Amino acid sequence: MDLLPTAFAVLYQFGDAFAFLVIASAGLAVIFGMMGVINLAHGEFIMCGAYVTVAVARLGVPLPLAILTGALVAGLIGMLIERLIIRHLYHRTLDSIVATWGISLIATQGVLIVLGSTMQGVGTPLGSITVGSLSYSTYRLVLMGMALVLLLGLYLLFYHTRYGVVSRATIQAPHMARALGVDTGRIYSLTFGFGAALAGLAGGLYAPTMTMVPTMGATFIVESFVTVVVGGADIFLGAAPAAAVLAVIRASLTAWQGQLFGQIGLLIAVIIVIRVLPGGLSGWFLRTGR
Amino acid sequence: MRNTSRRYQGGLALALLASAAIAVGGSALAQEAIKIGVLEDQSGDFAAATMVKVHAIELAAEEINAAGGIDGRPIELVIYDTQSDNTRYQEFMRRVLQRDQVDVVFAGFSSASREAYRPIVNQFDGLAFYNNQYEGGVCDANMIVTGAVPEQQFSTLIPWMMETYGNKVYTIAADYNFGQISAEWVRNIVAEYGGEMVGEEFIPLGVSQFSQTVQNIQAAQPDFVVTLLVGAAQASYYEQAAAANVGLPMASSVNVGQGYEHKRFTPPSLKDMYVTTNYIEEVDTQESAAFLEKFRAKFPDEPYINQEAANSYIAMHLYKQLVERAGTTDREALRAVIAEGDVCFDGPSGRVCLDPKSQHMSHTIFLARVTEDHSIEFPTVWENIEPYWLGEAGCDLTQNDPSEQYTPSSPPPGN
Repeated sequence: MDLLPTAFAVLYQFGDAFAFLVIASAGLAVIFGMMGVINLAHGEFIMCGAYVTVAVARLGVPLPLAILTGALVAGLIGMLIERLIIRHLYHRTLDSIVATWGISLIATQGVLIVLGSTMQGVGTPLGSITVGSLSYSTYRLVLMGMALVLLLGLYLLFYHTRYGVVSRATIQAPHMARALGVDTGRIYSLTFGFGAALAGLAGGLYAPTMTMVPTMGATFIVESFVTVVVGGADIFLGAAPAAAVLAVIRASLTAWQGQLFGQIGLLIAVIIVIRVLPGGLSGWFLRTGR
Repeated sequence: MRNTSRRYQGGLALALLASAAIAVGGSALAQEAIKIGVLEDQSGDFAAATMVKVHAIELAAEEINAAGGIDGRPIELVIYDTQSDNTRYQEFMRRVLQRDQVDVVFAGFSSASREAYRPIVNQFDGLAFYNNQYEGGVCDANMIVTGAVPEQQFSTLIPWMMETYGNKVYTIAADYNFGQISAEWVRNIVAEYGGEMVGEEFIPLGVSQFSQTVQNIQAAQPDFVVTLLVGAAQASYYEQAAAANVGLPMASSVNVGQGYEHKRFTPPSLKDMYVTTNYIEEVDTQESAAFLEKFRAKFPDEPYINQEAANSYIAMHLYKQLVERAGTTDREALRAVIAEGDVCFDGPSGRVCLDPKSQHMSHTIFLARVTEDHSIEFPTVWENIEPYWLGEAGCDLTQNDPSEQYTPSSPPPGN
């Protein structure tokens, strides 16, 4: 095999794993990092985004627009749930875990009862490209690009907009922020909704490549939690580098020994990180930076 | 006077009640219901393929009850949702056998769930029907298996595929007992027919991302891929392989016939998928048409009527025949009837018969091919294939009951 196609194959697999980890975990990282809420309904927001995307796309709406609709609907539902349930459980981590788990069970079973056990997909757009002797899905290259755009967008949002400054202030010192006239309740609500919208976006982006079933969110859960745990609370110092490291581990182990070892590698990485760096990568960066 | 009259009336009411109770009790005694436990996944990862099994059992029960029940006794179904979860199977199997005291249980989709509940059926000495195709080898007097097994699905499919497409084979299989043992069968048959395994990969249940697997397959350049993927998550493979333009023919014992992937995915992602199945709703026979008509009349919204639905329906009628011939629901009496070797039923998939040695079922096997627009055609049909492997390997339930699962690499002892 020539060098160039081989290099492309390796890069493609790395990029594919990286994109999945970043896109799947962004929503979870925002909600956990900014609000300290461990959202076990993350997978169901992803499922919601995917279902809305497919339903809208099947009405004839162009796919990018359908994906945005999926993210928007997931975000609105997220804000509603924050108002009704999550709001009462801030600083009660264990209670919020149980509550979000309950929401996820209700969502999965509710979708099963109302919409049935499966839904027809929309098919992956954009066809394939051939490099060397292997062919690749073009859409997955788009997903890799989307992961980078997503990281850049989040960075700009949290560090270069008024919402970003206010929300970070709300997280770090809620009393001070309130004293300065920030409506912290609104910020919490917006942030939770934003996290849910990111989950919905993940669902929308991956919907064309997957089976549409009520339990589809569960297949994102392990990867997203692993990324957030390894990364720690900060999405830029933590989740992005964590996704890169985990993508290398996963892609190389899967290429070497198959899917099972890819899974095992991810989980071993988490165990080591929890043992050695309890604050995750971002905690370690912040400590050594000081 | 008023008092006596009231007392008199009270007495009359009591007498009436008592006589009513006797009448009810008497009629209940005359036709005490036969209780059938139904443990199938109505939620979770497998629900898409298994909800229809419950419906098939309900259809058969309604039909049998309308025609006077089993030997004059009505059927009462005791249905639990096992949630695609092996521990639920164990819980509910104990419940139906101990608390509900059912006469027979119809249970299980995945082989992991079957092996989870089978020791409990043995412990309480119950009788269970497993109405699912599987990797074969269960030699257990407490089990009757109506699903197809490898000598019916792989010994037909793999040689046909090798003759049609070539000798180089790549297997991707779900990583649990079903996938591992089925892959062993494929490996053996490929070797027997002089082919070559160019790759084999086992995928953990729940995995949904297949980029690397797709690349491994392309790099190995097989002539066709054997896909033994299970569950909704793993079904994402087809979409992703099609998006990467893999374009290889696929062979399977589980797809289409269970999870109707050709209906769920956008054409042409399943083009050239070949499946050996004993029934799917596209089978174009009179028996099939009659079955479909009854099914659609009762369940108009059923997304797909698969082979497991047909097997569950057949199992109900086989059980009816066994009980009526034995005159009791006692398991040993039913097995004595099976031992006579002529327990057959003409159902949606044609004529099927129970094999006394293994308590498995003969099948007519249809080779289903998915075309470019995801319609189904049948390039060939193998008539009436016996479940011969267990019997030839040395399992004989008419002689003894080892309650074991055997595989080609661990056959019954003494052979």
